[in-house]
Amino acid sequence: MKHLTEEELVGYREGEITQREAIAEHLTSCTACRTELERIEAVLSALDNLPVPERGPEYGRAVWQKIAPQLPEKAGRGWRAWLEPRRWVAIGAMVAVVIGAFVAGRWTKKPDAGTPAASVAQVKERVLVVAVGEHLGKSEMVLMELANATLPVSGLKQINISAEQKRAEDLLDANRLYRETAQQDGDAALASVLDDLERVLMDVAHSPEEITPAKLESLQKRIEAHGILFKVRVVGKELQEKQKTTNSAPAATDSKVRERNKA
Amino acid sequence: MTRMSESAGSTPDREALQSAARESDALAVERTLSGERDAFRVLVERHSQQLFRLAYRMTGNEHDAEEVVQEAFLRAYRNLGQFGSRANFGTWAYRIAANYAIDRMRQKRTEDARRSTPSSLAEEQDPLDLVADDRPTPDRLAGNSELRKKMEEALKELSSSERTAFVMRHWEGCAIEEIAAVLESTTSAAKNTVFRSVQKLRRALEPYVGARGALQAKAAGAAPEPRGTEL
Repeated sequence: MKHLTEEELVGYREGEITQREAIAEHLTSCTACRTELERIEAVLSALDNLPVPERGPEYGRAVWQKIAPQLPEKAGRGWRAWLEPRRWVAIGAMVAVVIGAFVAGRWTKKPDAGTPAASVAQVKERVLVVAVGEHLGKSEMVLMELANATLPVSGLKQINISAEQKRAEDLLDANRLYRETAQQDGDAALASVLDDLERVLMDVAHSPEEITPAKLESLQKRIEAHGILFKVRVVGKELQEKQKTTNSAPAATDSKVRERNKA
Repeated sequence: MTRMSESAGSTPDREALQSAARESDALAVERTLSGERDAFRVLVERHSQQLFRLAYRMTGNEHDAEEVVQEAFLRAYRNLGQFGSRANFGTWAYRIAANYAIDRMRQKRTEDARRSTPSSLAEEQDPLDLVADDRPTPDRLAGNSELRKKMEEALKELSSSERTAFVMRHWEGCAIEEIAAVLESTTSAAKNTVFRSVQKLRRALEPYVGARGALQAKAAGAAPEPRGTEL
């Protein structure tokens, strides 16, 4: 009689479905295989009795108390985030700016048959200049409000920053898009400022609606430490000037962008 | 996740309870995603015990197990958007915990290897000292602190994949497909890992518990019932 292999016996013991009936039938008539199975059984049964430390009914609550302070205000939404109406508003606004600038560029300027690639680049850059300039202006306002917020007199435990938080949250999505575009265009200087700005906006957006004076102070210190307000102002101004020049002169060439990145 | 224990003892009442729990999990997930952070608390309180049991069996110590539980929930919260609402939150969190426990075990193993002390399994001890009683019951055997130490050591000797496969299959009753998903392997490789883990545990522990099997086999004279139900 051919005996069962160890693998077959372990599989049978652990609930494998393959050839169960045939194995069960063999076991009723084969003492050697039955003994072998008993030996496996003995080891596994002993292991079954290894205790797991008890966690009382309050354990779940204790876990929550430990993790709650580490949770961001909003859960990661993945692709669902793109279904949110406010995202569509941001994307819609950007698409409108792109289309508007494209149409304006096409109809208000006489076509230059010699340099079609240059005019596409001009339109693209003008769009970015207008949109980013506007975005930086809005971001500056939020950061200014937070940086200049006066710490309350002692006794007031919480400060409500829900308005700034909401605006920071809305600005975050646009900021990401502009940063990525700047990176793709090789405008490292602008991408770096937008990257710094994104961190601060994220800090604000992920703060609770009501924060302690200490938390406000630390937010203000972060804004100050990054020198972000200064950078935003400088780049914003630079973009305003650029907007004026691009309206009257050809767009910045790659070499100009490179020069700025170097600087 | 198909748990053998679940499918084994399924009564209409139990199924109704499980389905109600799943529905309420789905609701808590939706509420959390819509911005109610406190809704996540329901999920944490409901699934913590189950994750702790898994994490403890995988890591072998309470401190690590607690950290696995906390990290699993933090990761689940951060990635909640990726969780399909038709899936079972418990199963999903369970998988996150198992994956994190594997990472942690591997990390610890590397750290231990640096400090490198040879396994105490190699230290020979007369198995008869541990099974002095003629017919030790599993309870008594596990109560024997020396045997318990041997079992813990034998589990530690398993690779992280083997330990995961063994814990998920033997103790948690997970389906082979579920184990394969956590191990990122094929089902036949997962099946093989389960077998290898049992084989290693058997080699390490049989000298200490084998006497019982032999005694019972003689006394019973019939095929033992395998545990759980079929997959």
